[in-house]
Amino acid sequence: MSTTEAPAPAPEEAAPLPVRRPPARKRLVPYWLLLPGILWLVVFFAAPLVYQASTSLQTGSLEDGFKVTWHFATYWDAFGTYWPQFVRSVLYAATATVLCLLLGYPLAYLIAFKAGRWRNLVMILVIAPFFTSFLIRTLAWKTILADGGAVVGLLNSLHVLDVTSWLGLTEGHRVLATPLAVVCGLTYNFLPFMVLPLYTSLERIDPRLHEAAGDLYARPATTFRRVTFPLSMPGVVAGTLLTFIPAAGDYINAELLGSTDQKMIGNVIQSQFLRVLDYPTAAALSFILMAAILAMVTVYIRKSGTEDLV
Amino acid sequence: MAVSETRPPVRETRPPADANRPPVRVSAPRRALRLLRRHLVTIAGLGTLGYLILPNIVVLVFSFNKPNGRFNYQWQRFSTDAWSDPCGVADLCGSLGLSLQIAVWATLGATALGTMIAFALARYRFRARSSVNTLIFLPMAMPEVVMAASLATLFLNMGIQFGFWTILIAHIMFCLSFVVTAVKARVMSMDPRLEQAAQDLYASPVQTFLRVTLPIAAPGIAAGALLSFALSFDDFIITNFNAGSTVTFPMFVWGSAQRGTPVQINVIGTAMFLIAVLCVVVGQLAGKRRKRS
Repeated sequence: MSTTEAPAPAPEEAAPLPVRRPPARKRLVPYWLLLPGILWLVVFFAAPLVYQASTSLQTGSLEDGFKVTWHFATYWDAFGTYWPQFVRSVLYAATATVLCLLLGYPLAYLIAFKAGRWRNLVMILVIAPFFTSFLIRTLAWKTILADGGAVVGLLNSLHVLDVTSWLGLTEGHRVLATPLAVVCGLTYNFLPFMVLPLYTSLERIDPRLHEAAGDLYARPATTFRRVTFPLSMPGVVAGTLLTFIPAAGDYINAELLGSTDQKMIGNVIQSQFLRVLDYPTAAALSFILMAAILAMVTVYIRKSGTEDLV
Repeated sequence: MAVSETRPPVRETRPPADANRPPVRVSAPRRALRLLRRHLVTIAGLGTLGYLILPNIVVLVFSFNKPNGRFNYQWQRFSTDAWSDPCGVADLCGSLGLSLQIAVWATLGATALGTMIAFALARYRFRARSSVNTLIFLPMAMPEVVMAASLATLFLNMGIQFGFWTILIAHIMFCLSFVVTAVKARVMSMDPRLEQAAQDLYASPVQTFLRVTLPIAAPGIAAGALLSFALSFDDFIITNFNAGSTVTFPMFVWGSAQRGTPVQINVIGTAMFLIAVLCVVVGQLAGKRRKRS
């Protein structure tokens, strides 16, 4: 409407492209657009974090009520008691992330370059499992990995379980209720979050670059190492973040597929909050988790040199 | 699309074999090995695909099971009882209805709020832009337990009754960022000259928005809405903290993992899987037909 209402530039403006300050009503448009959504996030996302920070510094009991007493010792106590669960969470999540990358990369590569007319079908097969609730699918792993089941039988006859129990991943001749089961569940649950960003970044690569590398006498392995993989780095970074962050805070796989020896930090927070009703400890634990993850993510993004990702 | 179609097919990069060399007979195992090596990526990819699909197949097969005890983990014998009576378990279909209801409202809320933010971010320069970007990014970079526990702390401190509304509030909160990301990407990649052209042709700002901007942004908005629906419908962790005694479908499944898993859970899981695949296939076929005509 501004262009049709001003037929000629005002004489005092000498510049060839007159830049007029839009009217105040128009300048406010972005703020009106932002207001409801940002308000929602401030009230229900940012404010709760502040509330939680104050909760973590409270002492008291459920009967007498909680008061802010700047009791920083809660953090030390919480970390002192539950550091094994913290270490376990990071280890399990990191292992699952590496496994997701190793398993997900060939699949993403297959969809991007080799699937041809099957591409849409494979894509559907990657996404469709999402529509069965992930809890149901995680429970299905209980059947697959059951003692005396086909998978355990096969692994036993191949003596794989002997190797994994030597490594401390399994115990005896079973898979359920061992670290292996939990990591397997985590890997399974977050694999699509690795495959989809990988696929997106691989799909953008011009296949002619592969031909060019081949014309310059690069072997397929070299082409992959020097051309394909570096170009897919944004997908690798996004995928590892999308896998590691939720996996580190997850408690469903440890609860359903593990035993008490595989409890992760999410399990502790959940039981402190919903069963023990020790809100300060739960708040302190989730604050430590948040700080640890944000620190790791920041370092990782700096290191991988993809800061413009966000 | 057009660019990828005009690209020449990928050529074989292997140098041509020497024509004078006599053909070498390769033994069968070596041939198999060579085949394996050449298709290593495909085989590994299909293996991963199998890993992804396997639980769904188990869920499907066990929806025809007739377990002896309360738990449906071991195969006993074939039966279609659960399929003929999917709502035969108390509270199951009620929780499913509640989950669908919450997912619909959360999708509408998050899509509306998120689209507005996305347009503001993609189209306007304003102060506090980077803080807004951070505020959008943080919920996606935070473990769900942290968000869930802190929001529940807020509700507890404010004395708000846990239930339908607290779940809905939480779902809109965590779906919002995903909608913003999806819509923003689409609006940013749009050619601004299209809108200028509409205005040159005397379209009012409202007409320009409704007939040019919105149709172009629609795929992004649809993607954001679909993602919201899926995330909300399947959310467990945040709902677990903010539901009180209200039972959504994932909460029902969680509870049944402790009390005993009815076969009907598998029926509903399989039905949703099949419905989703059907929708995608129908959509693809419709798209193909439109392209042809």
